[in-house]
Amino acid sequence: MSAAADIRKNSGMMGLALLRFRRHRPAAISAGVLVLLGLSAAAAPLVEAWLGVDARTVDLFNRFAAPSFAHPLGADELGRDLLTRLLYGGRISLLVGLTAAFAAAVIGTAIGLLAGYHGGRLDAVLMRFTDGVISLPLLPLLIVLAAVDLEKLGLPAEAAQSESVSLYRIIVIVALVGWTTVARLVRGAALSLREREFVLAAYSQGASSLRIMTVHILPNLASPIIVATTLSVGNVILLESVLSFLGLGIQPPIPSWGNLLTNAQELIWTAPASAFYPGILIFITVIAFNFLGDGIQDAMDPKAGRR
Amino acid sequence: MIRFLCARLGQSMLVLAAMSFAIYGLMGLMPGDPIDLMISADPKITSEDAARLRSLYGLDRPIVERYFNWLGAALGGDFGFSRLHAKPVLDVLLPAMVNTIKLLGAALLLSLVIGLPVGMVAALRPYSKIDYAVNLLAFAGISLPAFWLALLLIIVFAVILGVLPAGGIGDLSGGGGGFWEQAKYIVLPVATLTIAGVGGYTRYMRASMIEALRQDYIRTARAKGAGAWRVAFGHALRNALIPVVTIIALDFGALFSGALVTETIFAYPGMGKLIFDSIMGNDFNLALVALLFATLLTLAGNLLADLNYVWLDPRISYK
Repeated sequence: MSAAADIRKNSGMMGLALLRFRRHRPAAISAGVLVLLGLSAAAAPLVEAWLGVDARTVDLFNRFAAPSFAHPLGADELGRDLLTRLLYGGRISLLVGLTAAFAAAVIGTAIGLLAGYHGGRLDAVLMRFTDGVISLPLLPLLIVLAAVDLEKLGLPAEAAQSESVSLYRIIVIVALVGWTTVARLVRGAALSLREREFVLAAYSQGASSLRIMTVHILPNLASPIIVATTLSVGNVILLESVLSFLGLGIQPPIPSWGNLLTNAQELIWTAPASAFYPGILIFITVIAFNFLGDGIQDAMDPKAGRR
Repeated sequence: MIRFLCARLGQSMLVLAAMSFAIYGLMGLMPGDPIDLMISADPKITSEDAARLRSLYGLDRPIVERYFNWLGAALGGDFGFSRLHAKPVLDVLLPAMVNTIKLLGAALLLSLVIGLPVGMVAALRPYSKIDYAVNLLAFAGISLPAFWLALLLIIVFAVILGVLPAGGIGDLSGGGGGFWEQAKYIVLPVATLTIAGVGGYTRYMRASMIEALRQDYIRTARAKGAGAWRVAFGHALRNALIPVVTIIALDFGALFSGALVTETIFAYPGMGKLIFDSIMGNDFNLALVALLFATLLTLAGNLLADLNYVWLDPRISYK
């Protein structure tokens, strides 16, 4: 199909953006790869049933089993099927990446909108606070936050020791430190948008600040927020994997790509191959999200066009 | 200028003070209890003894009071003892700091030596094949999990080839082996940090150079007949470097994060490993001071970035 026909078919701004996005080949490929990864992670129970294995069953006679029909990628140090563990790990890593990036974007948007729309002293206070958070050494701080004893924060013991608490904890702490980029972007854009005529028009018709911020300003910020959030998903997945790798993120027996690599370091002399698959999956996912963000940026901003 | 500097300094001090209180508070929320750790080796201790120890060390006081006691002592130069190392905190911290500066310095230098020229070459031919290749590699570098890269390097160079050590810093006693023997231990950590960091610098340099080449003074220089090399090196490069230098200074915090992972994996005795081990090992005094040091260095980097702008860019002036 020729480009002109494409344009006619996909008329409108979103149509043009979609067209530009499809032209950005790395981004289009990345989108496909991510959909594939997401679908196969979602299908983990089906794969389990099909292969007739269980990702949680320990089988000590099958330690480091070579790839076979029942274990397409072999088995790990406890004889568990590697492929299904990787798929379940992908569920967790993708879930954490998307949720935490979204939560961080919500916090950042709220703070940025407040600062940019109100300006003045509120803006100064919020932005100094943002600067302060940006200037902190991120990973050491995350490690402290990940090590905090939740029972001392007043959480009931059974909640603090339940299996899934590490999942919620990592989402919360990554969101708590990851909102700064979006906040700065949104604040900068809101600062210039609030001077525009349509905001004045809304104001003179008696719209409240909340309404102006959410109904009139926010929709204009959609593309930078989407770009920044997409780019941050990759970062969040990297953070989750490194924290889980260090033993502070997702706790076994829940698998995540990061904690699948924890044992790999101890086994590095006996089973060096076990370090390969989780890492390559993290790498592919992160690079795909980065390309995707780049492609969306190009697609949404005609001025940044190539050539 | 002086006023601006004072304001920024004051702000940094404020962040540092807020951080010290926040970290102090967080340390109290760590699992484990300093008195429990102290008495765990002694079965004869009674609960009265424990309570007496608790009041002796002031642990029964409210947190604000404890914080100010700690702050007072710290400002007087007394940072307390490290539980794991049984030494004053500073005696543990300073050697680790020297090791980290060596590691990060080497990695940063190498990243810049590779990243800046490559980014510049890509910017001179935007959207060419070279540019696409550079972009792809830079993206790959940014997306690579550093700890996985470290594992791969260990597997290739230590396990399979057996040419480089998998960790540690070698025998420091008795001058064993000399410089090259020591240098072997730093190769893999430096390679990890460099490969993980160089992509970012390449992309910054490329973006900044493309931006500089779009400016009016470049068109003027070209119109007056300056050649491509002269335009690139004489006119564009210096202006393109301003934002890059700033980003390098702003990135001190990220460097520290990289050091933490890399040092932990390679068992390299620097600040990063120290922070990780002290948090894991309930060494609260050490963790607190080490974290504050890391914060202080990051803040200093930010301040440096601001100064750079004033110093390098004559268009910017702060009243």
